Amino acid sequence: MGGDAAGPLQQQNGRPVEHDFALWEKRVDALMVLMTTKGHFTVDGLRRAIEDMGPGAFETMSYYDRWIAAVNQNLVESGVYTLAELGEKMEQVARRGSTYGQASLAGA
Amino acid sequence: MATGWKKPSDMPHDHHDHLSSSGHPYRADNDAPLTYWQTMEIALRELLVEKGVTSQAEIASQIDAMDARSPADGARVVARAWSDPAFRDRLLHDASAASREMGFDIGALRLIAVENTGDVHNIIVCTLCSCYPRNLLGLSPDWYKTREYRSRVVIEPRRVLAEFGLTLPDTTTIRVHDSTADMRYIVIPVRPSGTEHLNEAQLATLVTRDSMIGTAQARAPR
Repeated sequence: MGGDAAGPLQQQNGRPVEHDFALWEKRVDALMVLMTTKGHFTVDGLRRAIEDMGPGAFETMSYYDRWIAAVNQNLVESGVYTLAELGEKMEQVARRGSTYGQASLAGA
Repeated sequence: MATGWKKPSDMPHDHHDHLSSSGHPYRADNDAPLTYWQTMEIALRELLVEKGVTSQAEIASQIDAMDARSPADGARVVARAWSDPAFRDRLLHDASAASREMGFDIGALRLIAVENTGDVHNIIVCTLCSCYPRNLLGLSPDWYKTREYRSRVVIEPRRVLAEFGLTLPDTTTIRVHDSTADMRYIVIPVRPSGTEHLNEAQLATLVTRDSMIGTAQARAPR
């Protein structure tokens, strides 16, 4: 990454782009901190999972998309839950509604 | 990983339609259509709560703790270093210990303060991922995490600084510091001239987030 060729920083109003964090992004951040603090995986484990996604992940996934995928991979690897459990839960979640607010609040 | 779901990445070329090259398509709205990765976050969080690994209250309290951190924390540390030479020395010697002295929770991190002078300008980056002095500055800005910033700041820092509107004299030495998960940097910007009469609290208002990353100078007093 460092030293690779890349384009200019995206600008908005003459400054590099920023945005306020969405609730789901803050939750991903909190989950990463809590799970590493509790010893379920390490920051190095998070980075390894992100690097394994390859450079294409930078084009197809947002920053916190990559983080939640990496947190999930580490939790499955450390046996906290299984992929089958996750798949089943994701189906339940998706049935609750079509927005993050609906899917997250109901049954949470 | 097979969860029985079709990931967005399985669909070729779809990203050109709804993702920017910086990878930040999703704004703060909770009423936008639910994405695959948001669904995963909800499911993962609920599984962890059901299994007693964490609780919704613990997650909420972690979010509150992170929200409470802001560049104002780092600004207080810098303002003290500007005002108190003995503190400045302790900060440069061991920034974790000096920050804890002021009551900030630095965790297990090794924090290193690097001081700008008339001749030297420091900038921080994390080329490996997105390590950032979050305990003193809060969550990092989008651009800090982009491929553009991380790739280029180590090879053409002057061009990157120009994109932030900062042009330094050719005679200034630029030092770029690459952070790691366990070792993070914070920049002590140059104290602006004409601030001799200001107290610590007034000085802190001149210390911006970007000046502690190194992509800006401290603000001039009004």
